[in-house]
Amino acid sequence: MTTQNGPLLSVRDLKTYFMMDEGVVKAVDGVSFDVHAGQIFGIVGESGCGKSVTVKSILRIVEAPGKIVHGQILLRRSRQDGTSGEEELDLAGLDARGREIRSIRGAQIALIPQEPMASFSPVHTIGNQIIETILLHQPIDKQAARNLARDMLKDVGVPMPERRLDEYSWQLSGGLRQRAIIAMALSCNPRLLIADEPTTAVDVTTQAQVLRLLRQLQRERNSAIIFITHDLGVIAQMASFVMVMYLGLVMEQGPVDAIFHAPKHPYTQALLRSIPSVNSQPRVSLPTISGSIPHPFNKPSGCPFHPRCIKNMPGKCDAQTPALQAVGEKQLVSCFLYHDAEVSA
Amino acid sequence: MADKIHDANAPPSELSSKDEDRVSVASNWKLVWWRFRKNRLAVASAIVLLIFYAVVLVPDFFSNQDPEATDAFLAFIPMQRISFFDKTGVNPSVPDVVGKRNSVTLKMEWAPDEIVRIPIALFVRGYKYKVLGLFETDIHLIDAKDPKSKGRPHFLGTDRLGRDQWSRMMFGTRTSMTVGLVAVALSMILGVFLGGISGYFGGWMDMVIQRMIDLLQSLPTIPIWLMMTAALPQDWRPEQVFLAITIILAFIGWTTLAREIRGRFLSLREEDFIVAAELAGCSHLRIIMRHMVPAFTSHIIAASTLAIPVMIISETSLSFLGLGIRPPAISWGVLLQEAQNIQTVALAPWLMFPGLVVIIAVLAYNLVGDGLRDAADPYGH
Amino acid sequence: MTFVVPASLSLWDTLRMLRFIIKRLLLLPLLMLLFTVVVFALVQAPPGDFLTSYVAMLASSGSSMDAAQVEALRHQFGLDQPVYVRYFLWLGSIVRGDLGLSLEYQRPSSELIGERMLVTLLLALFAFVLTWIVAIPAGIYSAMHKNTALDYIFAVLNYIGVATPNFMLALILMWVAFSNFGLMITGLFSPEYTQAPWSLGRFIDLLKHIWLPAIVLGVAGTARLTRIMRANLLDELNKPYVVTARAKGMPEWKLVIKYPVRLALSPIISTVGWYLPQLFSGSLIVATVMNLPNIGPLLLRSLIQQDMYLAGSILLIYCMLTIVGTLISDILLALFDPRIQMEGT
Repeated sequence: MTTQNGPLLSVRDLKTYFMMDEGVVKAVDGVSFDVHAGQIFGIVGESGCGKSVTVKSILRIVEAPGKIVHGQILLRRSRQDGTSGEEELDLAGLDARGREIRSIRGAQIALIPQEPMASFSPVHTIGNQIIETILLHQPIDKQAARNLARDMLKDVGVPMPERRLDEYSWQLSGGLRQRAIIAMALSCNPRLLIADEPTTAVDVTTQAQVLRLLRQLQRERNSAIIFITHDLGVIAQMASFVMVMYLGLVMEQGPVDAIFHAPKHPYTQALLRSIPSVNSQPRVSLPTISGSIPHPFNKPSGCPFHPRCIKNMPGKCDAQTPALQAVGEKQLVSCFLYHDAEVSA
Repeated sequence: MADKIHDANAPPSELSSKDEDRVSVASNWKLVWWRFRKNRLAVASAIVLLIFYAVVLVPDFFSNQDPEATDAFLAFIPMQRISFFDKTGVNPSVPDVVGKRNSVTLKMEWAPDEIVRIPIALFVRGYKYKVLGLFETDIHLIDAKDPKSKGRPHFLGTDRLGRDQWSRMMFGTRTSMTVGLVAVALSMILGVFLGGISGYFGGWMDMVIQRMIDLLQSLPTIPIWLMMTAALPQDWRPEQVFLAITIILAFIGWTTLAREIRGRFLSLREEDFIVAAELAGCSHLRIIMRHMVPAFTSHIIAASTLAIPVMIISETSLSFLGLGIRPPAISWGVLLQEAQNIQTVALAPWLMFPGLVVIIAVLAYNLVGDGLRDAADPYGH
Repeated sequence: MTFVVPASLSLWDTLRMLRFIIKRLLLLPLLMLLFTVVVFALVQAPPGDFLTSYVAMLASSGSSMDAAQVEALRHQFGLDQPVYVRYFLWLGSIVRGDLGLSLEYQRPSSELIGERMLVTLLLALFAFVLTWIVAIPAGIYSAMHKNTALDYIFAVLNYIGVATPNFMLALILMWVAFSNFGLMITGLFSPEYTQAPWSLGRFIDLLKHIWLPAIVLGVAGTARLTRIMRANLLDELNKPYVVTARAKGMPEWKLVIKYPVRLALSPIISTVGWYLPQLFSGSLIVATVMNLPNIGPLLLRSLIQQDMYLAGSILLIYCMLTIVGTLISDILLALFDPRIQMEGT
C-alpha cells in the first residue's frame, strides 16, 4: 500500500535521554528524518552516536532509565476507525507497554536484531519463536501459522525448512541463523524493517549473502528498511538515502550519491577520507579523525564535533549547536559552514 | 570508546589529567578497594567485624567479671537496663537486683530494684588480666564505678549457674570468631592446593580429585560432623577439642572452595595470556604464581570470606548440640546450649542473646563477602 | 506445555535421554558400595563401641555390669569380630535388605526408621514446596522491580534469613508463640494423636502442626533461592533475546515468564536434587529443638551411642537420597535445557 503523499515514518526532533545517577546522557538530542515507503534508509555513525537508541525509540523499547523526552514519531497508516484514508499515529505518545504499540511491533515495524545467536532463545525452537510472532498478529490457527513459518524460511533461502522449524538456533550455522532471524522479522509482512547492524556479527561472505537477501526481499515486498551500520561500504551498496549521526545529533542527511560524492559536513568528509582504498598512494598514512569520542557526560558545547573538526571556527562552533538545514536539493547539513545559527526562541 | 576512565570518587566533570594518571596506574588491589569503598553497607559491616575482632584480641578488656565464676544463688538474673540520667544529671547506672525466693520451686527469682542503682562508667579498673599475654592491666571497658561495690552489673543477665552472660559473651566471641577463621584458612590451603592441581594439570589427576570431591560432597554434612565430633575422646582438653573441631569443619568445607578454584584454573588456562606465557617458556610454577594466582586471588578471598559464616553457623550448631566446643570452653554455641528448650527460654529469654550476636556476625560477614565479590569482579560494571 | 518441556521431544531425543539415565543408574550400585565403606569406617572410627558407651551410661546412673556379662554381650552382638568381618557381615545383610538390629532399642532398625520416615519425608517435602512457592515469585518480582522499596525489604529479609541458624529461628518463634500467645509449639502432634495409629484425623492434625517446622526448615533455603533467582534473572533481562521478544510485540509479563525466567531457572533446576538431602540433614537440629519425631534425633542418639547398625543404616539412606537427588537434578536439567542433551552424553 504505497502512498506518494507523505513519508511512511516521520521522526521529528526526537530527544531520548537517559537519567542516570551520575547525570543525564543525551543519547539522542534532536534527530529528524523521514522514511518513505519502499525506501532503504541508512543510518551511519560511530559507536555511541545514538543510532541504536534512535531506532529503539521508534519501537518504544528503550531500556530504563531511558525516556523519550521530546519529539514525535509519526507513522502513517490506514485509518483504524473504519473510514477510508490515512492517519498519522504518534508512536512517541503511546504507552510503551500498551496494546497499541504492541500491535505495531512485529507487524507494521519489525526489528532484525544485531546478533542472531543471542537474539533467539536457546531453549525454544526456531519454529516456536517464528510461529509465536505470527500468532501474535494474525488471527490464524497454529497449523496455518506453521505453514506460514515454513514458507517464510523457504523465502529467505533456508533449505529443508520443515525440519529447521524444530531445531534450535545453536544447531544452525551462522548464515542460516541470520536468515532465520530475518524470516522471523518478515513473517508478518511489516511495512518497515529496522535492520540493526545485520552484517556486523557475520563474516564477509555471509555479509554479501545477507545483503543480497535483504535487497531481494525489499524489492519483492516493497517494505522500507532502516539500515543501521558503521560500515560505509555497506551503506553505499544498500541505501538510497543516508543519515550521518554523531553524539546524538544528525550531522548530514541526503541521497546516497550526494553524501558519497559531495559530502558537505566535515565529519562526513573525514569519515570518507579514512576509508582505506585500493587507489590510494602507497606508504601514505591513513587519514584519521584526531581525538576520540568524548564521554557521554562530557559532551562538548555547541557543535558536538567541533573539538575534532579541522574546520572548527572558534567562537561560533563552540557557542551554539547548528541546526539541520537544507543545502542543495535534498541534502541537509548541520554545520555553520553553510548557514548561520537559527534564531532560537 | 572513552579514554577517560572513571575514578570511583571524583565526579566526571572534575576528572583532571592527574586523576587519569592515578587511575591508570592504580594496582588491582587499589581498584578493588575503591570499588569496595563505594558499597556503604559492606563498609559498615566491615567495621562491625573489626569490632568483633577487637573483642577477639582482648576479651578481658570488654568483659567485667570472671566468665566462669558460678554462684547458684545468682541464677537467672534478667538483663539490666542502663539508664543514663537521674536527678543529678548524667549518671549512667543499672538497677541493682532484689531477690525473692519462690516458695514453690525454692529458687531465687530476681527483679530490678526500684531504688538502689549501681553506677557504671567506662574504662574502670577491675580484675587484672594480660593483654595478648604481653603486659598486664586492669582496665575494663564498662563496669561498676566502684570496683568494690557489692552489686555487679549484669548487662546480659546470668544463666542457671549464675554466670555473668556479658563476660561470657566476650569470651564466646573469641572462640567462635577464631574457629571460623582458622577453619576457613585450613580449607583454603587444602582447596587451593587440590583444586589448583586438579584445574591446572587436568587429566587423571583432575578426575581422581573430582571424584573425591563428589564423594565428599554427597555425604550428608551434619551427620558426618556429628560422627566425627562424637568420636572425640571425652578427656581431651578444650584446646585440643578446639583444634579438632576446626580441622573437622575444614575437612568438610574445602570441597566447595576447591571446586571454585578448579573452575577458575580451568577457565584461566584457556586465556590467551596464559598461552602466551607458556609460549614464552615460563615454567609451570611461574605461570601459576605470577600469572594465574593474581587473576583470581581477589575472588578466592571473597569466596573464603563467604565461607566463614558457614563455619560459624556450623560450629554454633554443633556446640549447641553438645558435640562441638565443650564446656568449660565458651563459644556462642555453648552459650546457646543454655537456651535449648522452650521451658528455659520462657523463663530466661535473655539467654537467647548469643543467637542475635551470631546473626549479626554472619550477616556482617555475608555483606562484606558480597561486597568483596562485587568489588573484585572487573566486569561487574 | 511449551514452557516446561522443550517443544520437540522427538524419538531421537527420547532415546538419548534414556541412554543418559541408564548410564547414571548403572553407576548407582558402585557408588553405594563406596558409600558403605565410608559409612562403615566412620561409624567404627570412634574408639570403643556400643558396649563401652552403654557401660559408661550404666555407670553414670549407678548400676554396672561385670566384665563377663559385657564379654558375653559383646560376643552376642558380634562386636568381638575383626573389623573386616563385621563389615562384610553388615554388607551382606544390607544387600539382603536387612538393616540390622538396633543395639540400643533391641528392635530392627528398619522398624525404627520406618516409623519416623514418613514424618521426615513430609516435613522435607513441605519445606521444599514452601521454599519454591515463595522464593521463585519473590525472586522474579525483586528482579523486575529492582531497587524499589519492596525489593529492598526482600533483600533485607533474605540476608537475615540466610544469617539465622535454623535452630535459632525455631527457638525465637517458639518463644514468641509462647510469651505472646501462650502456645507451646513443640512436637508434631496434639497429645491425643501422638501414639495413635495413622488415620485421617491424625494426618490433619499433622498438617496443623507441620507448617511451623516447615517454615523454620525452609527459611534459609528460601532466602538463598530468592537471591539466586533475582541475580540470575537480572543477568538474563538485558540479553538480546529479551529485546527481540519485546520487539515482536509480546506482552511484557508473558515474555518475561517465557524467556528470561525460563533461562534463569535453568541453573537452579539443577540444584533441585540437592534440596531433599539437605532438608533431611537440616532437620536434624531443628527436630531436636522442636521435639519432632523424625529421623534426626534418632540418628543423633545412635551416633553418640555408637549403635552401629542403626546409625549406619540411616547414613546409608542419606547417601542414597543424595545420589538419587543428584540423578533427579541431572534429568530435570537435561529436560529443561536442551543444550545439555547435546553436550552431556
